[in-house]
Amino acid sequence: MANPRVLILRGPGTNCDRETAFAFEQAGAAAAPVHINRLISGDERLGDYDILVIPGGFTYGDDIAAGKVLANELMLRLGEQVHRFISDGRLVLGICNGFQVMVKAGILPGAKSREEYDITLTNNDSNRFECRWVHLNVVPGSPCVFTRGIERMYLPVAHAEGKLVTSPQVLPSLPVALRYDSPDGGTATYPLNPNGSVADIAGICDATGRVFALMPHPERYIRQMQHPRWTRGEGGEPGDGFGIFTNAVAFARG
Amino acid sequence: MHLVEVSLKGHLPDARGLALARDIADLGISSVRGVRVVEIYRLDGNLKSPDLERICRRLLCDPVTGEYRYDPPAAKITDGAVAVEVAYNPGVVDPVEATILKSILDLGIKGVRGVRTAKRYLLEGNPGGSEVGEISSKLLVNPIIQHVVRVEDGVVHPAPQYHFKLEGIDLAKSPEALARRFGFSQEEFAEIRAHFGRLGRNPTDAEMETLAQTWSEHCVHKTFRGKIHFGDITIDNLLKNTIMKATRELDKPWCISVFEDNAGVIDFDGRWALCFKVETHNHPSAVEPYGGAATGIGGVIRDILGTGLSSRPILNTDVFCFAEPDFPYQELPKGVLHPRRILKGVRAGVADYGNRLGIPTLNGALCFDRRYLANPLVYCGTVGIMPVETARQGRQQPGDLVLLVGGKTGRDGIHGVTFASEQLTDQSSTLSFTSVQIGNPIVEKKVIDVLMPASERRLFRRITDCGGGGLSSAVGEMGKDTGVEVYLDRVPLKYAGLSYSEIWVSESQERMLLAVPPENEKEIIELFAAENVEATIIGKFTDDSMLRLFYRGNKVAELEMEFLHEGRPQFEAEADWQPAAHPEPGDGDLAPPEEALLKVLGSWNVCSKEWVIRQYDHEVQGASVLKPLVGKENDGPGDAAIIRPLLDSDKGMIISNGINTRYGDIDPYWMAASVVDEALRQIIAVGGSLERVALLDNFCWGDTRRAETLGALVRACQACYDMAKVFGTPFISGKDSLNNEFEYEGQRIIIPHTLLISAIGVIEDVRQVVSMDFKKAGSLIYLVGATRAEMGGSEYYRAYGYTGNRVPTVDVKAAKVAMDNLSRVTAAGLVSACHDLSDGGLAIALAEMAFAGGLGAEVRLSEVPLAEKIERDDFILFSEANSRFLVEVTPEHREVFEQVMAGAVFAPIGEVTGSGTLNVYGLSGRRLISKPVSELKEAWQRPMKW
Repeated sequence: MANPRVLILRGPGTNCDRETAFAFEQAGAAAAPVHINRLISGDERLGDYDILVIPGGFTYGDDIAAGKVLANELMLRLGEQVHRFISDGRLVLGICNGFQVMVKAGILPGAKSREEYDITLTNNDSNRFECRWVHLNVVPGSPCVFTRGIERMYLPVAHAEGKLVTSPQVLPSLPVALRYDSPDGGTATYPLNPNGSVADIAGICDATGRVFALMPHPERYIRQMQHPRWTRGEGGEPGDGFGIFTNAVAFARG
Repeated sequence: MHLVEVSLKGHLPDARGLALARDIADLGISSVRGVRVVEIYRLDGNLKSPDLERICRRLLCDPVTGEYRYDPPAAKITDGAVAVEVAYNPGVVDPVEATILKSILDLGIKGVRGVRTAKRYLLEGNPGGSEVGEISSKLLVNPIIQHVVRVEDGVVHPAPQYHFKLEGIDLAKSPEALARRFGFSQEEFAEIRAHFGRLGRNPTDAEMETLAQTWSEHCVHKTFRGKIHFGDITIDNLLKNTIMKATRELDKPWCISVFEDNAGVIDFDGRWALCFKVETHNHPSAVEPYGGAATGIGGVIRDILGTGLSSRPILNTDVFCFAEPDFPYQELPKGVLHPRRILKGVRAGVADYGNRLGIPTLNGALCFDRRYLANPLVYCGTVGIMPVETARQGRQQPGDLVLLVGGKTGRDGIHGVTFASEQLTDQSSTLSFTSVQIGNPIVEKKVIDVLMPASERRLFRRITDCGGGGLSSAVGEMGKDTGVEVYLDRVPLKYAGLSYSEIWVSESQERMLLAVPPENEKEIIELFAAENVEATIIGKFTDDSMLRLFYRGNKVAELEMEFLHEGRPQFEAEADWQPAAHPEPGDGDLAPPEEALLKVLGSWNVCSKEWVIRQYDHEVQGASVLKPLVGKENDGPGDAAIIRPLLDSDKGMIISNGINTRYGDIDPYWMAASVVDEALRQIIAVGGSLERVALLDNFCWGDTRRAETLGALVRACQACYDMAKVFGTPFISGKDSLNNEFEYEGQRIIIPHTLLISAIGVIEDVRQVVSMDFKKAGSLIYLVGATRAEMGGSEYYRAYGYTGNRVPTVDVKAAKVAMDNLSRVTAAGLVSACHDLSDGGLAIALAEMAFAGGLGAEVRLSEVPLAEKIERDDFILFSEANSRFLVEVTPEHREVFEQVMAGAVFAPIGEVTGSGTLNVYGLSGRRLISKPVSELKEAWQRPMKW
């Protein structure tokens, strides 16, 4: 089968498109950064792609709230295409700002309707932008396609609004795919949980496991040399994040 | 008009409010129990309830965390707390407003004409009126851009209309006042009078503005290009005779473009070129730290976009100089912001802009000195990458169109350039309010995104940024070779009411200027429009070497390029330099080594800057190889930063900075030599070599009209030449900011002579790099380079209130041998860790390597190689003698390491241990220091754990 086609969605303020495309290319996909205007104008069609990625960045400056404006634009202008893409069984991945967009667009669990959602990502408890590496634990038994065969990861986060908040009613039913963890099995207090996210949630997926979003950046650790302590002989090849991309490519190949 | 209020749901902790409450407690105010922050939106329009409801639910309020109400009755607004509502001044545009308008249209709701944002702080408790006033002025409001809104106000003021009237300037009428108004010297003003006398007319205001901007210190560096009499020598053009001379004489084939474009350009790998520029944005940062610093980083990034046929930014580096954050509030001069507020504001401004643009901030420094109180320094640097074939400055042809791209033009930063070249006074805050604006990083990001394809398709012939002086500088500079005419009424405006000369000199950010062949007009405008980037043809290049400006068909300026660029009389001045004598510490003025070590570790200059570093994204673009924080727990102080500019290649780029203002108080020559040495040391410490390293100079000085201040500058420049020549490292670009002085109540604060040297190096294979943290118990610790009792200007002396007199010198030939040898041993994989010795000398470098590696060490001062007889342990421990390194080598590499290092001064001085304790033995063999490394680390981290 031909290499899966990956659409890396760009909007004003997207800034992780290049390295995300690179990670997918390394994993054997053909990745194309595409501006949202080209989807709206019809010059490009979502249906021509196998995987949709909403990468990291500060779309529309994160004005009002992170990811909010792109989320509205996506659903109001391209909502039908996006829902068809998902119901067709294709893959959607949101990283960092992409997670924020997907939550606020209501394309992750927790969406009551296309106008309402009851999970959100909000300001870190530290009230600061946090750029640091975190230990992650893949939730056993998660249906997530992207984390298949992965147990643990060590990845960087870089965000100011990564705290997942929801109601006690919604929390038990949330398909959590990824949690912040402690390297030694203890509880993930700050800074291990860098934002105060409820139940240490770092990533969630939908019931099918094909729609997945996470705050950490897997594209920033696909080679050992990106590990913060590789000069101490730590980390390995490939980097922990690479599996996310190879899993997606393998699934898309069928 | 509708009022919408959005706040966090009552049961959720308000992180912003909590942080603010802490700051209020820091002010010593205990009556405020807590703070809640309410977002205020005023929508100008007549909306029906369902539409308002939808805007709130779908856009302004997060359904999970937030709650909203609209158009509440006035009585209910404060909810029992003391409310302070803060809004932007008229003419200050919050970028969020445009985003909200766009989003409301996305929702399909029409009829909203304008949006104004504000914040309401609800102070819980019972603060008194004077306390509320203090909280407002010290924490909430900066009158430069903001004001407190009275609840019943909140009207969107319509901008006044502008009615054209040509303003002539009568040069005969009060010439002194005119010269002052436009910032001309008497000689310059006389030249202008003579010129217009020959033309037989008076100039227009636009012509005077053009000359003022073009002849300003900021634009032409008149001091650096002036004629300087220094002792018995006369230097005709300081820059050409020192810094640029080294470059010319070294004549490196890999220097692609030096001192001509918006940044210096070097070859990276034959296919790609790297460009590097560091700028300062000092004065605006003093009066409005957040906005000033944000526009500083925005500006240097545009320099990178405006180099060659545009390059893509890949790394930021920032160096800030402030007064100490614990400066007593009661001693603060009137009109000056507290250094802690400046630090926090500058950090936030740079981070918010740089992070949004997706450019990693990988390297930087913070320097503290009381004399930066009123003149903080904000250095922002950016590196870009582009194909070598488009790495040289382009050249337009007559008939090419002038295309203005990016942000709209407002009254922002008007007279920022003349402001930048002037002294600050306690009146500056009130006089200079139009000089600062809120940056809009997303507009700049959109411009970056479209410039790359436009450059690849060669749709334009030349590009430059609109920086200081706005269009007047950018158009004037670009049009120099041909001639140009501009139709100012075509420039897209943020709001109505700007006069033609305001449009011409406005420094609104995020604007680039392109020369576009007419046949490409349609394609380039379509390309930009496809991503909603504003692009407007505002003029065309001619062939008659004239600058002509028009406004609605009226000619408003006509200047000969020759006079504009060559007519300025050369600056001429006397320079002098005499060494000062500083008191030396006597017996008992300094503390014992162990105590001194803890004190220096916890000094503002040496302590951990993790609080700052983590708020910058240093991972974006996925290219970092050596990050700013290294070691076992990702919190040790790395030396230079390394990235792989091309993700599919292992070739790397190294960036480092050298800065040390204390030495300049003793001798600016050796200060300059030392900071060149420091920048290069860091390149070597991480495993680089001097093979392909270029330097940038960036001078921030006091008023050089004083002979001794100018003399200090001359000496620093002479050192730059001497060092660059022997190290073989050419300068490729530079910048200066003079007149950093502050006058109040008859007193004058002059900043210390400050030279930042930034280095950019290329490393063949990043797999050979090393970090500074100790790796393994049992390794040998080598000290490379000879130690001298050069205690003058050391952090050790400073910690006890002394400067001293014996400043560190550089034995540049010996330094080069040591550095070249070290490069070889690192490339051969013989080095486990390496750290350069800088602030605090051997003691600090050793402590840092130990706690970063989580390992102990045993070190004997009797083994330290000395250049001269030194009998004092504390001198050996804390000397900041240049060109020295600590190197960790495992025993199996010992022999080869020593063979390759032969020719340099070096010796093993101890071992790495697994004990977790740092033990240092003095010349007599007595144990001087014995401290757990965890305790040393704690002392180093404590000051900035905010």
